[in-house]
Amino acid sequence: MLYREAGQFKTSYAKDQAIFPILQDRVMMVLMLVVAFVGVPMLASEYWLSTIMLPFLVFSLAALGLNLLTGYAGQLSLGTGGFMATGAFAAYKLAVAFPEMNIVIVFLLSGVITAAVGVLFGLPSLRIKGFYLAVATLASQFFLIWMFNKFPWFTNYSSSGVISAPPRAVFGDFFVTGSSASPANKYLFTLVIVCVLALAAKNIVRSHVGRSWMAIRDMDIAAEIIGIKPLQTKLGAFAVSSFYCGISGALWAFIYTSSVEALAFDITRSFQILFMIIIGGLGSILGSFMGAAFIVLLPIFLSNAPTMFGLNISVDLISHMEFMIFGALIIFFLIVEPHGLARLWQIGKEKLRLWPFPY
Amino acid sequence: MRFTKLILAAVGLAVGVSGFAVSEAKAAEQFIPSLVYRTGPYAPNGTPFADGAMDYYKMLNARDGGINGVKLVVEECDTGYNTDRGVECYERLKGKGETGAAAFSPLSTGITYAIIERAAKDKIPVFSMGYGRTDASDGRVFPYVFTAPSTYWSQASALVRYVGSEEGGMANLKGKKIALVYHDSAYGKEPIPTLETLAEKYGFTFHKFPVTHPGLEQKATWLSIGRKLRPDWVFMWGWGVMNQTAIKEAAAVGFPMNKFIGAWWSGAEPDTRPAGKAAIGYKSAAFHSPGSNFIVHQDIFQHVYGKGNGTTTEDLVGEVLYNRGLINSVFVSEAIRTAMSKYGNKAMTGEQIRWGFENLDLTNAKLSKLGLSRFMKPVKITCLNHEGGTPLRIQEWKGQQWEFVSDWIEPMNDIVRPMIEASAAKYAAEKGITPRTCN
Amino acid sequence: MEFLTAIFVSPFIEIYEYPLFFIEVVLGGLLAGVMYSLVALGFVLIFKASGVFNFAQGAMVLFAALTLVGLIEHGFPIWLALISTIIVMIALAMAIEKVVLRKLVNQEPIILFMATIGLSYFLDGFGQTLWGSDVKVLDLGIPNAPIEFLGILVNQFDLVAAASAGTLVAVLAIFFQKTRIGRALRAVADDHQAALSVGIPLKTIWAIVWAVAGLVGLVAGIMWGTKLGVQFTLTLVALKALPVLILGGFTSIPGAIIGGLIIGMGEKVAEVFWGAAFGGAIEDWFAYMLALAFLLFRPQGLFGEKIIERV
Repeated sequence: MLYREAGQFKTSYAKDQAIFPILQDRVMMVLMLVVAFVGVPMLASEYWLSTIMLPFLVFSLAALGLNLLTGYAGQLSLGTGGFMATGAFAAYKLAVAFPEMNIVIVFLLSGVITAAVGVLFGLPSLRIKGFYLAVATLASQFFLIWMFNKFPWFTNYSSSGVISAPPRAVFGDFFVTGSSASPANKYLFTLVIVCVLALAAKNIVRSHVGRSWMAIRDMDIAAEIIGIKPLQTKLGAFAVSSFYCGISGALWAFIYTSSVEALAFDITRSFQILFMIIIGGLGSILGSFMGAAFIVLLPIFLSNAPTMFGLNISVDLISHMEFMIFGALIIFFLIVEPHGLARLWQIGKEKLRLWPFPY
Repeated sequence: MRFTKLILAAVGLAVGVSGFAVSEAKAAEQFIPSLVYRTGPYAPNGTPFADGAMDYYKMLNARDGGINGVKLVVEECDTGYNTDRGVECYERLKGKGETGAAAFSPLSTGITYAIIERAAKDKIPVFSMGYGRTDASDGRVFPYVFTAPSTYWSQASALVRYVGSEEGGMANLKGKKIALVYHDSAYGKEPIPTLETLAEKYGFTFHKFPVTHPGLEQKATWLSIGRKLRPDWVFMWGWGVMNQTAIKEAAAVGFPMNKFIGAWWSGAEPDTRPAGKAAIGYKSAAFHSPGSNFIVHQDIFQHVYGKGNGTTTEDLVGEVLYNRGLINSVFVSEAIRTAMSKYGNKAMTGEQIRWGFENLDLTNAKLSKLGLSRFMKPVKITCLNHEGGTPLRIQEWKGQQWEFVSDWIEPMNDIVRPMIEASAAKYAAEKGITPRTCN
Repeated sequence: MEFLTAIFVSPFIEIYEYPLFFIEVVLGGLLAGVMYSLVALGFVLIFKASGVFNFAQGAMVLFAALTLVGLIEHGFPIWLALISTIIVMIALAMAIEKVVLRKLVNQEPIILFMATIGLSYFLDGFGQTLWGSDVKVLDLGIPNAPIEFLGILVNQFDLVAAASAGTLVAVLAIFFQKTRIGRALRAVADDHQAALSVGIPLKTIWAIVWAVAGLVGLVAGIMWGTKLGVQFTLTLVALKALPVLILGGFTSIPGAIIGGLIIGMGEKVAEVFWGAAFGGAIEDWFAYMLALAFLLFRPQGLFGEKIIERV
């Protein structure tokens, strides 16, 4: 009833191929964007913007990147943290070396650099598959973190190996990094980047490129036989995925924490992002966002919940409970719906189509 | 329907989360945030620190009713030693209470770096006691950061001075080999520039041995040290499990423990006890005494544990890290008291407490009034010098407890201070900060 | 040029000049490798029998060690604590089978992998809630003194660890080859469906495999716990086992042992002799790189089952 498609006729190819062919989806999307661009900055407190919305957006972008690689192209990777670090350090070097360069260009270039690194570390995927590949990508994870930690050139010879973002504006005094940037500015800037890149991702996966990724994912030998070149396709997936992860890492370092050391992108970060896409749904753009929201919000909620309800529990017990509940919920969700939150959403939509007259 | 329920639950969760931003404030209460880690890989070291910090505030509340009649409200936030969780804790707690957070002690070098700029903007002092950014001791560039009573660079110089005296004079350092085993992170790398400078000055050779976080495996490192390099002295900048592994591996290659000195974060009970007998004779630096034979501990026993209100168990009171947490609280509460002497007996703002820190002068008389005589040396913080620069002592693990084995050792301020100022100036230039002037 | 010398010339000169030291490093590396193998074995057992990449193995190591130490601290004599821990690990395996695995039968490997990650979070939190997160001393009286033999230094503790790993592998081999359950396990590993159709109870077998992996975890927990003290960090030893796994192959018990030896020796030799050229602390990624190099020639690991793909 609420979600009725009847009467929406597609009279041209363009309409048929629209990203959101159904009216309700379009309305909802516009509403979401309005809320995100206007509602949130107006209503949310500084705490919300800088410690919930910002990491959510940054993580969404990283999850999106990994989802392109793992969910669409089927290459299981645990090197996300390393690629994020590459983006962060590339952005830092660029921003410091070329102070006049616009921060947007800095971020894009750092994404490109990360893409190149990603291709390099994606090479083993031509020969190794499945969990063997996953563990092999850990090599890139450990190597990259070690490299950024080890060579002081990457941190401009700071004695402790921590980089901190120089103040930069997108235009005029719209500062997005450094101490003079307001949380609202940071949030809006990140939101724009994430929206543009999400739109791009949505279109990539609908295109020839995305379809060949999915063919490789579903069965690479068969894909090869129908004329998809595994070399270009797999490395392309690594490049695009790393591009996203790189930008996400740069945003993390410049906008979210505004100072970072290589260890912030260690192996736990990679796992965290893998959780997001599995909880959210492999092979789903929406799922990346839902997964990121789940993984970012849940621990914050769990650690705040006892104070909210006025319970006086010691912080260590809270943290331990947080671990337990987090683990239990992951298992619970996998049992209830192994294909992630995005799939739940889809099922919900199906039901809404008929509701309230299911027969 | 199951799925609608799930969605409802999700909505409920979102609504619930938005609820916690609200907090009530009452009159004449000073809010003090406490970033701790009682979980995660460094929990064994984080827990006693947090206990000590908490017990001191509890004792002040129970004995004196707070500071000058202003009750202290302390809230812990568990960071698990993660920088992003630390930032979340900071943002969550900074605005709580009547006047906002009093001061933050981030308890991690990474978190310190992440909140230095935020805190300066929010006008809340950051008290990184013996960790964090060493160059933040320059109060002209970092008005909101306090590193008292000592820093890694001062500590490194004091260790070299100690080694010199053990060798029978600084001149005898020539040709000696000193190795540094360090946690390969922002924290562990801090002493390197100082040691390199001193190596040049005194003519000893300096060898670096990084250990990757978390430091479970150090066989290769210690084979190189114990069987090939065979240095005269080994310093260690370790944290958490890395410390006890290093002590075990050092024993396994037969390196003499009495030539092995840890930094103050590598010398507490959780570091030595798991290593068992192997650790006896291992040394570390410290800026305060171990043990619970001080008046302040008696007060804690009487007013906190006597009422069944203790954070930990009585036998753990007086451990090295417990005492360090206690000192942390002493500094924060004395800064608040100093601020009150100027601004009146009410809840202080971060800005006022910053002034309190900057004019903090813990003289011997004041320390004994606090029940801390013989516990530590006097510290005086000034506008220019946020470190104070107390002397250090070397303590040794006797198998059951730590004991001092040296007298107080002065750091080499004449060498360290110019390095701090140069580094701070570089930071100021990079960030476009104009250093203020101190008269 | 200097860098090239540091890689291609000076390490070899060093090895030539200090042959005894080189032997010590190799020995130390082999013995460290045994410790990795202990953890890797648990992974292999479960992967072999159920195709699950059990990320919770590290958490199981911690949980077993925590339970053991916790019971000893509560005044249990060591033998009783040991038996109780074994019972706890078996109960845990049964619970995992019932609550998690049975519900996820026939799911994709990545989903099961994810479930084990959830499990590892749960166990980390659960273990620490029960026993606390302070570091606990596990002292079973294993000596740690170095002994010199013909000028070569070895550590007694490492020898004990190697001996117990050897015993463990021997016991497992007998268990797999000679007992009825062992044969059933191998049948399940080869083909779930075929095993089911000849009447092997899959669920029981899985519970047994997880119990055995839990016991292997207990042994690993005892060895690592004696070395490092029992604390949260023990879960991270799993990361040291992963390169061992890919090198040896996910499905091979001898692979886990030989992989451990190669990785242990390779990373120590690299760290000691080549570390200086790169600024040190290279052993973590070097282990992975070494495993990766092997994989490029044998994509299923040294001893893994050959992957046959059909369209």
